[in-house]
Amino acid sequence: MNAPRFLLAAACLLLASTAHAADTAAWARVLFLHDHNTRVVVVGTSLLGLTAGVVGSFLLLRKRALLGDALAHATLPGIAAAFLLGEAIGLQGKSLPLLLTGAAVTGAIGLGAVLVIRQLTRLKEDAALGIVLSVFFGVGVALLGIVQKTPTGHAAGLESFIYGKTASMLRSDAYLIAGAAAVIAGVCGLFRKELALLCFDADFAASQGWPVRALDVLLMMLAISLTVIGLQAVGLILVIALLVIPSAAARFWTDRLGLMAATAGGLGAAAGYLGAMVSALWPKMPAGAVIVLTAAAFFMLSMLLGPARGILPRAFRRIALAHALTQARRP
Amino acid sequence: MIIQRPTGSEHSLDAALSIHDLTVAYHRKPVLWDVDLDVPEGSLVGIVGPNGAGKSTLIKAAMDLVPKASGRVMIYGQPYRKQRRLVGYVPQRESVDWEFPVSALDVVAMGLYGRIGWCLPVTRKYRDMALAAMERVGIADLAHRQINQLSGGQQQRVFLARALAQDARVYFMDEPFAAVDAATEKAIVQLLRELRAKGRTALVVHHDLQTVAEYFDRVILLNTRLVAHGPTTQVFTSRNLHETYGGRLNLLDEAAEAIGRQKVTA
Repeated sequence: MNAPRFLLAAACLLLASTAHAADTAAWARVLFLHDHNTRVVVVGTSLLGLTAGVVGSFLLLRKRALLGDALAHATLPGIAAAFLLGEAIGLQGKSLPLLLTGAAVTGAIGLGAVLVIRQLTRLKEDAALGIVLSVFFGVGVALLGIVQKTPTGHAAGLESFIYGKTASMLRSDAYLIAGAAAVIAGVCGLFRKELALLCFDADFAASQGWPVRALDVLLMMLAISLTVIGLQAVGLILVIALLVIPSAAARFWTDRLGLMAATAGGLGAAAGYLGAMVSALWPKMPAGAVIVLTAAAFFMLSMLLGPARGILPRAFRRIALAHALTQARRP
Repeated sequence: MIIQRPTGSEHSLDAALSIHDLTVAYHRKPVLWDVDLDVPEGSLVGIVGPNGAGKSTLIKAAMDLVPKASGRVMIYGQPYRKQRRLVGYVPQRESVDWEFPVSALDVVAMGLYGRIGWCLPVTRKYRDMALAAMERVGIADLAHRQINQLSGGQQQRVFLARALAQDARVYFMDEPFAAVDAATEKAIVQLLRELRAKGRTALVVHHDLQTVAEYFDRVILLNTRLVAHGPTTQVFTSRNLHETYGGRLNLLDEAAEAIGRQKVTA
């Protein structure tokens, strides 16, 4: 994986050249992770990116990537409702575990709603996704309006969950995210064989007595957990990008599932790392957007250069083959 | 003790597969209607019928992959649920995405996952077993190819090797002969005969009426309901084929020709 390393170096150079002389100390401190708080946040976000790449690889191969988007949007009402609930029972409103639990609950309900609509009606999946995504997001926006009217609501900054803001992450938040990401990645690794079988040939798996439905639930739970811990860093609108882009990019590099998941994890981690650093340097810069744009740059490079299915290597192989054929035809 | 069944149908207890009054419906429209049959051990059975006759549905319902409206399926006298390890499955080739990032060996090893068990890796021992299964269908040299670099016939053989690796006693195969090259067709026939010699049973969804008599000992003629089932020489008659395929002319010509060939070989 030379491209990610190259990109990282390029981005660092870019950062260095654009920083004002007066800020030199600041960016150097951030870049080399001198500051403990920054270090924790950057490590947490990188681990998040890594895990997103791994989970995303399975989600993509199960052809469920867009389900991840519906579930991400469905977390918003949960965040707002959890905040209101916390206020009502006298808790400190912005307790991250409570908010994320709320997010997970409505995310799971949204996911279930898609499956129920598809099962009970003859609507296709895209219609079900469109309905659930917009309705749940609408409910979330309405609830946020109510939150704004509460005395502490305005200062709570729940909007940062929509677009993501690593700068607002506390050290304890970062620990929570890093720990959860490590657990999710571990579960993926543990069940890699079963998940691969599910993604490749669910009917065959069922014929052998593998609990296909339970494995699907496991995969969806991994996706929900990843989405929920990704809310703070990239925000609910963009978390889908972290699931899809690194894994889609990784597919250009290799024809092996294990390597694909590892490459996706590497690309996701690099995107998370850069995004969190930029956000630490310029707190106004939305980290989610930076992470997604970095991942998109990796994707472009992979699409062009990826040795397994990239455009240029494929064209090169075609030309080489044509050349060999003309050589062979010569007397 | 002999349990009297309400339908009064007779089933032998040592049949490799027995299907009791099986009915399957999609959206209230029956796809299979009251199918009832016994398949003796060690037979090669062709499942034949027009498109939409419920051939694939029959084997999928037998493996609990589609819900049954009614009926039971027994493998060696026990419900399918208890006998999964005895059953091997070769799905239709188009049922999976061949762009999936795995090697041919990886796919064949999937037939061993049940034996390997939860969360444990595919070790050298199992890779060797998978390779041995690939050897039997003549594709061991393709083990490390990505599966989309294989021809249709080679992909079909990967599926067969996966089922072989399972070392099952009853095999369900969904159109293994569809769109394969002559070499693959030969390899499949060879394999079916090997299986029969070992006392294994195979039920094969088959489209080519010309080869039914040559490949299969028994035939199931299906068109939503069971038209006929039994030894090919007795059941594969032009009258039964007429009943199975209805009035479709070109198919009937094909059937007549097939009968003619059968008489010549018999």
